[in-house]
Amino acid sequence: MKLSNMYQEVILDHYKSPRGKGLREPFTGQSHQVNPTCGDEITVRVKLSEDKNIIEDISYEGVGCSISQAAMSILFEQVLGKNVSEFDEISKEFLAMMQSKGIYEPNEDLLGDGIAMIGVAQYPARIKCALLSWMGVKDAIIRSKGENK
Amino acid sequence: MTESKIKLDVKTIKLDFPILQQNVRNGNKLVYLDSAATSQKPKIVIDAVSSYYEKINSGVHRGAHYLAELATDAYEDSRQAIAGFVNVKAEQIIFTKNATESINLLAYGLLNATLQAKFDKKIDPRLVISENDEILITELEHHSNIVPWQDLCLKTGAQLKWIPLNADGSLDYSSLEKLVSKKTKVISVTHMSNVLGTLTDIELITKYAKSVNALLFIDACQSVPHMPVDFQNLGADAIAWSGHKMLGPLGIGLFAATTELLDILPPFLTGGSMIETVTMEKTTFAKAPKKFEAGTPAAAEAVGLAQGVAYLNKIGMTNVFQHEKDLANKMVQGLLEIPGVTVFGPHDGNRGGAVSFALQGLHPHDVGQVLDDLGIAVRVGHHCAKPAMKKLNVQSTTRASTYIYNDESDVDIFLDGVTKVFEFFGSK
Ligand SMILES: Cc1ncc(COP(=O)(O)O)c(C=O)c1O
Repeated sequence: MKLSNMYQEVILDHYKSPRGKGLREPFTGQSHQVNPTCGDEITVRVKLSEDKNIIEDISYEGVGCSISQAAMSILFEQVLGKNVSEFDEISKEFLAMMQSKGIYEPNEDLLGDGIAMIGVAQYPARIKCALLSWMGVKDAIIRSKGENK
Repeated sequence: MTESKIKLDVKTIKLDFPILQQNVRNGNKLVYLDSAATSQKPKIVIDAVSSYYEKINSGVHRGAHYLAELATDAYEDSRQAIAGFVNVKAEQIIFTKNATESINLLAYGLLNATLQAKFDKKIDPRLVISENDEILITELEHHSNIVPWQDLCLKTGAQLKWIPLNADGSLDYSSLEKLVSKKTKVISVTHMSNVLGTLTDIELITKYAKSVNALLFIDACQSVPHMPVDFQNLGADAIAWSGHKMLGPLGIGLFAATTELLDILPPFLTGGSMIETVTMEKTTFAKAPKKFEAGTPAAAEAVGLAQGVAYLNKIGMTNVFQHEKDLANKMVQGLLEIPGVTVFGPHDGNRGGAVSFALQGLHPHDVGQVLDDLGIAVRVGHHCAKPAMKKLNVQSTTRASTYIYNDESDVDIFLDGVTKVFEFFGSK
């Protein structure tokens, strides 16, 4: 089955044992994201350092498909402890890969396990699943900085 | 209507649908089990639309030239054919763009009546919605039969009331005794659920509606395409459905109502084609159906739909319904035999061909993806029925739904596919 392009082992592994799952205190910003087509929901919390630069914690809870759950878990691993501008860079690379229809040489240093999501980019209906958590973290960071209340 | 009882010759029917002849993902033959979302179209419907554009395209009801006459006749003949299909007069059929617009036609008609009643004593009080009134719907409705009523309540201050959905997927009819009162102005219910395939007890609802003189609207999106529906027997003031779910083209919907309601209901959209006369001071409206069909209509789509109706008539709606009941039962029984599968709603009885189910530990998106890989098209998600999802205690479901071009072998491939989903993901 070609389907194994989408559901690579890494993805199924993150899905079955998600890293960093659960909502934790303290946090500086929280975001709730909904995928209107399937009703999937995710709540993401971010804790930024005092200088609002380092992502000290990301915690989350939600219901969703394997892709959306795995994407969140991968994001957690890849972004925890990084600073906000690094997050922006990683997130830009991830978005570019997801919008590439699967024709892309992703930067593994930036994306880590995230490169496994390239198979998902071939299925337009599922791209939103992979992006939901990224939008959540981005929004939670903006809220942490108080740019949006 | 007398119909000879036949078993559908699905092999031959399939050949009439060009889209079913192709292979999809990984070269697999398409097994289309998403007809509750939209049906596929037989060649005669596709041809009728092209032929309209090749031979008679022109402005319907506008102009006296040769083509305009042909186009107008074709459009009105289609109305006649569709009227016959649900047993109403042609003037009782309003063409819209889909069922959603049809429901808005009614909700906005009531809003317009309510606004106008402040200045116009001739507006029928049955149409005027006030803060003390209630609109009653069910928790099983499609968003298209929820949001227009929520919106009407928002604008009039009326209260929206809900007939509860039990966890087992049945409606709680015992609640009617308490929910229906003199305050109930409109009752709006689905005829057949697009999530569970279950039929609503319309006879009972009609009795309650009549007892308090409430307007009764029935969302017939899933019933008219799949079973015999006689408007006169329903006792409703109005029903609506979509052409695209009954072999017709996209972009054509239907609203059918009693002559009395069409006479008193103000129009939803206004402009060209729906007038009797226009002066700078005042406009008078044409009678229904024109009164509710502002602007140049989707004539080619109406003509295409009439061919879809002819196709269904040839098979006979009693036969269509029986065929789908048989398929649904086979599907439900087959699903229940697979360990780890839950089927939502009643497992037997008088039901249509939409079956919602869940695979333990797996998200519908993932289920649908594996089925898609095998060429099987099902719907995953909330089916535009979030309140129902909430009552069933799920975020979303997977839904397989049948039509005349599905046969037992499609169901077998589907059931085999469901087993493969479990194999693919392994146990969680
Ligand atoms: C029960 C029901 N009501 C309303 C609708 C809305 O129909 P449409 O989207 O064609 O307007 C649908 C289908 O989508 C439906 O299944």
